[in-house]
Amino acid sequence: VTLNEIWFVLFVVIVGGYLILDGFDMGVGILHLILAKTDQERRTILNSIGPVWDGNEVWLILGGGVLFAVFPFAYASLFSGLYVAFMLVLVVLILRAVTLEFRSQRPGARWRSGWDVVFSLSSLVLALLLGVAFGAVLAGLPLGPDQEIEVNLFELLTPFALLVGLTTVAMFAMHGAIYLMMKTGDALQARAKRSLPYLMGGFVMLNTLVVAAAVVLELPFTQRYLDQIWPVVFPAAALLAMVGVWYFVQKARFFDAFVSSSLMILLLLVAGAVGMHPNLLVSNIDAAYNLTIFNAASEENTMVVALVIALIGMPFVLLYTAGVYYIFRGKVSVEPDSY
Amino acid sequence: LDAETLARLQFTLTASYHFIFPPLSIGLGLMLLFVSGMYLRTKDSKWRRLSFFWVKIYGIVFAMGVATGVVMEFEFGMNWAEYSRFVGNVFGSLLAAEGVFAFFLEGGFLGLMLFGGNRLGPKMWFTASLMVVVGAHFSALWIVMANSWMQTPAGYAIQDLPTPRRAVMTDFWQTVFTPSFGPRIMHVFFASWTAGAALVASVSAYYVLRKQQFADLGKAGLSIALPAFIVFAVANAFIFGPESARNVAEYQPSKLAAMEGTWDTEAGAQAYLFGWVDTEAGTTTGVAVPNLLSFLATGDPNATITGINDMETPPTEVGLTFQSYHLMVGLGMAIVPFALLSAGLWFWKRKLLDHRWALWIVVSSVFVSLFVITMGWWVAEFGRQPWVVFEVMMTAAGTSAVVSAEEILVSLGGFVLIYTLLLVLFLYLLNAKIQHGPAPLEEVESQPVSELPDTLRGIFAARGRGEGRMTK
Repeated sequence: VTLNEIWFVLFVVIVGGYLILDGFDMGVGILHLILAKTDQERRTILNSIGPVWDGNEVWLILGGGVLFAVFPFAYASLFSGLYVAFMLVLVVLILRAVTLEFRSQRPGARWRSGWDVVFSLSSLVLALLLGVAFGAVLAGLPLGPDQEIEVNLFELLTPFALLVGLTTVAMFAMHGAIYLMMKTGDALQARAKRSLPYLMGGFVMLNTLVVAAAVVLELPFTQRYLDQIWPVVFPAAALLAMVGVWYFVQKARFFDAFVSSSLMILLLLVAGAVGMHPNLLVSNIDAAYNLTIFNAASEENTMVVALVIALIGMPFVLLYTAGVYYIFRGKVSVEPDSY
Repeated sequence: LDAETLARLQFTLTASYHFIFPPLSIGLGLMLLFVSGMYLRTKDSKWRRLSFFWVKIYGIVFAMGVATGVVMEFEFGMNWAEYSRFVGNVFGSLLAAEGVFAFFLEGGFLGLMLFGGNRLGPKMWFTASLMVVVGAHFSALWIVMANSWMQTPAGYAIQDLPTPRRAVMTDFWQTVFTPSFGPRIMHVFFASWTAGAALVASVSAYYVLRKQQFADLGKAGLSIALPAFIVFAVANAFIFGPESARNVAEYQPSKLAAMEGTWDTEAGAQAYLFGWVDTEAGTTTGVAVPNLLSFLATGDPNATITGINDMETPPTEVGLTFQSYHLMVGLGMAIVPFALLSAGLWFWKRKLLDHRWALWIVVSSVFVSLFVITMGWWVAEFGRQPWVVFEVMMTAAGTSAVVSAEEILVSLGGFVLIYTLLLVLFLYLLNAKIQHGPAPLEEVESQPVSELPDTLRGIFAARGRGEGRMTK
């Protein structure tokens, strides 16, 4: 096992942490307009993620920082190559960040419903964009000999990438609905529960289509699954976790359902990552131009430093993040100073 | 306009705009600790009322900082891909460290800080706020480390193969503690604290002037913000500012020459009080003090200062650097007598409260402070040009090959639009909050302070507390 391998695993874990954590607050955002009817219910929804959303988003910033530090050539090629897509990601990230703070500051109904729409749409678009970008990376990019990706937004929006985008939206919406079942009560919880069959059905259908399309299109990451049998444990385990989600929701064990849903997201990501390894970015021009965890990586010295930083910092991060979640555990209560 | 110019414009806009908010969260955070610390000490309910108020303001400022900060991290890769490839080994790890050590601390505890008033006892609320404020300081620490490496790079080696060319880290401690880091971080911390104190002082003075019902809270605010403001502003003007300038003189002579518009090498160089640079003709005209530059830069009034005309790679933004520098120093120095005056009036039997004009000056202090901070950042960044990494990599060599001028133009337009909109909303909300004023405790508290858990054990032992409160 090399440092590059360790960092690939850690990078996948960080991305997984982001998808699980910001995934539920994106999902809550997607469902915001649909599930909540009154201002009180909307406040309940916003306050379910209010104290934690910023910490969740830090996982994205950490992911960007780690990519920059450890695989700088992949970072530079990806971010400049997918310029327009990332610009749109930034726009919706900005909107989401300010919405939560701004909405509660004025009592007016129009002010609030305006921000509700902004919050919901920006969550939806963010999930879609991240999914499309992930789909494009899975499908391979026009990565040339000089490590540059020359592609415009419309070339990026292939049917496959769009399909992955929609799947991501459905996945986060489902994840968010389960989070809401855990954090809310009464009518809101009942509505979240009623929406689950649709969200789950949609997600399973879309995800099956993604897998089928990947196999039919012979996408590079499917090759490993044709060559070897053991990686199948990841998608299989994801399927099992999905069954777990359904089972636990029926038993009204919402926390367990949420854990299952989180595991499923992580396992799906790992299933993709196993297929990609050792590539970070696959060239659809010539495999020789692929950016891998070896040729895109920093020197050993940097990787060691970054590893030391992670080993010192992350235990504390996990500890106090868990502490904060614990303090805000249980059903949401809307206080005078809440959002 | 070519892609490079547009990318630079975009960076100037996004970085300058972003840099309004972190200094405020650093400085206001510190002031908030003072306010809640006063409550812990005196148990006077006005301090608790002020805590609830300023924490709300903090939330808005913080959200703006987060929203505009993510842009910065992405922008390196998007607009400056060659730069990112070149510095990733060194610069990237500092950004990653910022994420691990600073952002998680801020982001993790922010929720507890914003909503801790009704969930935590005063001591624990203070502790949660302390964590956020420490996180904000760590964040500045790592960012100034990364930026200082761009100013005075150290602890690296250039590696040409395998391509692309890159700087690799040879000594971690040298890359983080570069020669300019120490003076610069102190300068940034004190500037941020000044801005935070100025914000509290401004709003407090405004209450005394215009809002009778909050006048007592305003006086309380002034009693902590005014002394803090004076200490921070004076220390920066007389200790950390000059220290930074001496550091520039030693390690970045081309920046020093740009700051003072010094074209010819001379002994006993003069410093301008104000002036105008003609970069075409290579001249600077204005009111100058003889020998002052040599003295400030080295301590010796007759020391020789190298001029722009004698430099192998002359600075390219002389006019901008000169004006930003003089605005920073001029206004930074102008703050001092006003600060001392208002402090004098304050401590002399609170005479300040009778002099409305003096209070209005206090109100203006936050705008001046933030403007001075922006100018300081411009000196650092424009003064370094044409280099992106000083004397190692040219800014022009750092752009993204695949990003077209049109794409940057469109995104720049988008940023101008969104940022303008956000600024309007931000100011509107800030103003609304200030006009509304600190709400009475009965309105913000959902239960008596004494019933809130105020020890770690208390928080974690209060099983079911969250659930139990649902009934309210």
